[in-house]
Amino acid sequence: MTEESLWSIFINASLVNNFVLAYFLGICPFLGVSSKLDTATRMGGAVMFVMLVSSVCAFGIQALLVAIHAPYLKLISFIAVIASTVQLVEMFIKKVSPALFRTLGIFLPLITTNCAILGLALFQTNKGYGFVQSIVYALGAGAGFTLALVLMAGLREKLELAEVPDVTKGAAMAVMLAGLLSVTFMGFGGLGG
Amino acid sequence: MATPTKSSTDEFIKGLWKDNPVFVQVLGMCPVLAVSNTAMNALAMGLATAFVLVMSNIVVSSLRSFIPKQVRIATYILIIATFVTVVDYVIQAISLDLYKALGAFISLIVVNCLILGRAEAFASKNTVARSVMDGLGMGVGFAFALFCLGAVREILGNGTLFEAALFHDSFQNWVVMILPSGGFFSLAAWLLLFNWLEQRKAKKDEKATLALSEEAAQ
Repeated sequence: MTEESLWSIFINASLVNNFVLAYFLGICPFLGVSSKLDTATRMGGAVMFVMLVSSVCAFGIQALLVAIHAPYLKLISFIAVIASTVQLVEMFIKKVSPALFRTLGIFLPLITTNCAILGLALFQTNKGYGFVQSIVYALGAGAGFTLALVLMAGLREKLELAEVPDVTKGAAMAVMLAGLLSVTFMGFGGLGG
Repeated sequence: MATPTKSSTDEFIKGLWKDNPVFVQVLGMCPVLAVSNTAMNALAMGLATAFVLVMSNIVVSSLRSFIPKQVRIATYILIIATFVTVVDYVIQAISLDLYKALGAFISLIVVNCLILGRAEAFASKNTVARSVMDGLGMGVGFAFALFCLGAVREILGNGTLFEAALFHDSFQNWVVMILPSGGFFSLAAWLLLFNWLEQRKAKKDEKATLALSEEAAQ
């Protein structure tokens, strides 16, 4: 277990090493669902939730794999367990709270193949975080993802009204915006100590 | 989906340019941006992805009549994860430096949407031979795109290519190109270039058809 304080883990995961803008994880949903502010917020919430769940799962699996001396099964078991847990959670939410289910809606299954989720599970085991640290790390990463997504959506909504050259329409423009955001986030460097 | 009249060479060619996974389909962006800070890393990542793509295409297409429809996605992911684990250990055995540079991104090949996308859209419906060609084409196209990006970033950000110095000492490195934001900027530049070429071609075609119809009218 590492000695990092919980606060610095949170700041590092959300701002300094933002999952989207510094680690390039979860770029697909970042470019895909960031055209409306409303959907972006909901997507962010859903990702944060799944990150929490899978972080707990990953912690359990890692402990089990270490116990049975089978580290080479890490990747396969992570992805299988995360995918099925998301399915279970989806069914559970549908049963318990239909309102919440409608809010998260189609985003839950999409998130399963989001590389930010698997990335989080891999990073937390590589860094050797303990149980509480893992949860804080997941919260920070989720918050950072949501922040990036919401900022991007705000920018793109404004951009709808602006006139841009034909060649820059679509993906190229979105990627350029992301680059600018990434430069801005570099300003947080050193904050996490 | 490909029409049966297409030869397997066409399957190979289409991934290189016309349907290039990165520049045209904008798939599998995460590794593209993350490990393209030097040409070497980019090339290694591209080759690793190409290998996984070809192997998983072979297995998926040869098992396509045995995999039940309901669990096909889970099966594909397990097949892909197996090959990624193989690649992970192979790279670790060949070069520890490279392994450290690529880090967790080798494992993250599993969730590269390009590979799952080809398994679902192509390999599950076509013969093994065609799937191999498709995997090779897409894989080489992906590696090529990664290399383009990595080369630009390394040349501008570090003044080198494959660690050989290119410029005079007075060259000021564009540090921003090595940083994460440089990945976004250089990708945006390549996308712009492709868009521009595409539009120019569309205009040419338009003119050609216009000229043809005018000729026909006369």
